[in-house]
Amino acid sequence: MRELPWPARVYFVALVGTAGLVITRGLLSHHGLVAEDWSALLVLALLFLLCESVPTLLNVPHVAMSVSFSAALAAVVLVGPVGAALVGLAAVVSVRPGLPMVKRLFNGAQYALCGYAAGWAYESAGGRATLPEPSDFPAILVPYAAATVVFVAVNFALTAVILRLASAVHRDQVSFRATVQFLSSYVGFATFGLLIAALWSTVQSISAVLVLLPLFVARWALGHYHAEQRAYDATIAALCQAVETKDYYTRGHCTRVSAASSMIAEEIGMGTERLRAIRYAGMLHDVGKLGVPTKVLQKDGRLTEEEYAAIQLHPMRGLEIVRGIDFLDEAFAGIMHHHERHDGKGYPMGLAGSEIPEFARIIAVADAFDSMTSDRSYRKAKSIEFAVAELRKNAGTQFDPDMVCAFVKALDRHGWDMAQPVPVPLDDAAVETTVKDHDDPTTPIQVVSER
Amino acid sequence: MRERRLTARPGGLDSGQLLLICAAGMLTVAGIAHTAAVGLSDARVAIGFGALIAAGELARLTMPGNREVAPISTAASLGYALLLDVGGRPANHSALQVVAVMAVGMIAGGLPHLAVGRPPRLDAMARRLLAGSLLAFAYRPLSGPLGELARDTDRHGNWWPALGVMAVLVTVMLVADVVIAAMLRADQVRTAFGVAVRDEIRMGAPLGAAVAASGILLALASHSMDMTALPAFAAPLLVTQVAFRKYAGIRATYLQTVRALSRVTEVGGYVEPGHSRRVSQLSVAIGRELGMAEPQLLELEYAALMHDIGQLSLRDPIPGGATVLADPAQARRIAELGAEVIRKTGVLHGVAEIVRRQCETLGESPPIASRIIKAANAYDDLVGGSTDRDRAAAALERLRLDGGSAYDPGVVEAMARVVDRLVLVTRL
Repeated sequence: MRELPWPARVYFVALVGTAGLVITRGLLSHHGLVAEDWSALLVLALLFLLCESVPTLLNVPHVAMSVSFSAALAAVVLVGPVGAALVGLAAVVSVRPGLPMVKRLFNGAQYALCGYAAGWAYESAGGRATLPEPSDFPAILVPYAAATVVFVAVNFALTAVILRLASAVHRDQVSFRATVQFLSSYVGFATFGLLIAALWSTVQSISAVLVLLPLFVARWALGHYHAEQRAYDATIAALCQAVETKDYYTRGHCTRVSAASSMIAEEIGMGTERLRAIRYAGMLHDVGKLGVPTKVLQKDGRLTEEEYAAIQLHPMRGLEIVRGIDFLDEAFAGIMHHHERHDGKGYPMGLAGSEIPEFARIIAVADAFDSMTSDRSYRKAKSIEFAVAELRKNAGTQFDPDMVCAFVKALDRHGWDMAQPVPVPLDDAAVETTVKDHDDPTTPIQVVSER
Repeated sequence: MRERRLTARPGGLDSGQLLLICAAGMLTVAGIAHTAAVGLSDARVAIGFGALIAAGELARLTMPGNREVAPISTAASLGYALLLDVGGRPANHSALQVVAVMAVGMIAGGLPHLAVGRPPRLDAMARRLLAGSLLAFAYRPLSGPLGELARDTDRHGNWWPALGVMAVLVTVMLVADVVIAAMLRADQVRTAFGVAVRDEIRMGAPLGAAVAASGILLALASHSMDMTALPAFAAPLLVTQVAFRKYAGIRATYLQTVRALSRVTEVGGYVEPGHSRRVSQLSVAIGRELGMAEPQLLELEYAALMHDIGQLSLRDPIPGGATVLADPAQARRIAELGAEVIRKTGVLHGVAEIVRRQCETLGESPPIASRIIKAANAYDDLVGGSTDRDRAAAALERLRLDGGSAYDPGVVEAMARVVDRLVLVTRL
């Protein structure tokens, strides 16, 4: 409380006060709650608490989603505004560990007000707060929808204000996409409240179990999904790094290319699914390099055409390895064409301009940038400014100018974790180094023409 | 997922599956014929549920272990079988009509998949149909009295008997379904029945519970909400379906990725082409033969696929490959390096441990998975991709002659049985 700025404190007190007032007035009014209402409220409040303590059914960054409000909406239908407010108030005794009293009070008051407002909207739109009959359907959907919209809107507004006042979240931290996803999942969860209310006349509290069991199972599966996803990301990174240990200097290259590629992709507004795909494509873009004989990479001076051809083969080899994985096809195209050049002088197919798949154009920029900003056996790492200048210089010949532009913007916004300086190996025989980096635009590979 | 040579029979269906499909087919014919003869009772409801079943079939998904499921379709089938009334009007449809609606819905939902070249798993579909039919035949005769009891006494009737009967019958149905699935699986991948039952329960229980709850919910909601129940009910299960689809997707991608990346050792010239893949297939088959459950089999498969990954840390490929004939000290170092790589994932600790101990002799009592990989690796080094019977026999003989110091005799015998089957299959 003390660390909050004063407007936030005023807001907090006002909110709690209003909630207390509304509930007290409602309870004292002439049509108070009967015994049946109280038993329903008790079950719904328990339900609310249960859902509140497992809030992460759908995770949007910065906003934990909770199904608890379906219990409050069920109370709107079954008991009315005051009942919904009481159910919302249950958030005060949430069993979530480590939640400070201030937050508990805020949540309780906030949900109570949301519930009351939703109940008011429900009755204004013509709904009756009682056990729904089969004949009430589908007419009940209209007031119910009104209640949902008001609940979500009030909840959103009250929370947004406190977050702004407490300056915990800045505007650009909550993206538009996340907000839309958040709101639409709210509407989906609203259906559960209706189901609970509708079934109340037949099997009472068991209806809540029947509605929520699939949801808890879903949560269980999502939890496993997230765990598997994390394990997968860690595994793919570890395996790619294992491939890289061949060359002492390129360690971490794949993870950094992956990061830079997704920075560009995000900058040009790619969707979630494609972002994921390009993250993996960036990670895996060089797995085929292992097929290039070490002696070619370690050779001083110019390469023969045959040796250069061996290097040019690596995107195809990489594709061959990863083809069995169920990625988006774009990811494969990105791996296969990441050495094409904008002017058509790249390999393996000599595509030019927009013929080159978007993923490949992105990876090409990320790849060259990381190569320049990392230490190599034949030079030290260049500065970011130098690398950006180099990218700009080669935009239109080697790189897609749009992607270079997007990358520069993303760099300005997010900065860049440079590759750690690689300590010069003490004993040269102990580590593997190569004297060539096929990714480095500042020192192109020299090829002896045999003609 | 690809057909696995050593574990599943190439193509075709085995006798158990055929029996199941025939039974489902006959039931379908009987259901449709009967319904056509006596006419559809309450067509609006039947069409609504049929459409929901079709939509569920359209959204079917494949769970780990190549198990096809269609949660929304199954729940809708359960709901239709358990239906007491719709908005107060008693539902009088017969069990055979339930069968007909399910069959038509399933076929309709499967057609778009067929059109884009994804044929349905007939056995999985048959199982879904049979499970639903079983429930319908047990419950439909009771639905009259239960419904009267529920709608009794000025509309606040007693729903508890109906709910109890539904819960019991659905549980019985789920158990029957698990038993059928386990029998089929035991036959298909050659694992022990007990192990298969445990695997099926582990994989199926959460989704089964969600589907069962949703089915009962749908039957009850149809009373309170009339046909509005159908779309409203889909919401909780849709969330479940999305979650499971994501989970199944990442599991599949994970396995595909480890399989794919295990090939970098081949591309780098460290091992023979196809070595990792063959060792992993043989290892999993041996593991099954020895009664390992699915989570252990998955670890075994990962470890077998990556058992040579440590070689990537070597300066150059060992001349002649890191085979059973190579220097034991070198092999141990490769195992250590490989375990090091896998430990870096931060998650696959079990796999790293298996890889680390893959060279140990029996005296050091390595885990069973390490022993399997050691034997399978040696066998593949001796035989390679060949399916020649004499060569296989010679390799097995050589492993047996070791006399139980390096190779676990139990593992070698299990391998002999697996190899024997493999040779037979490829000969036929």
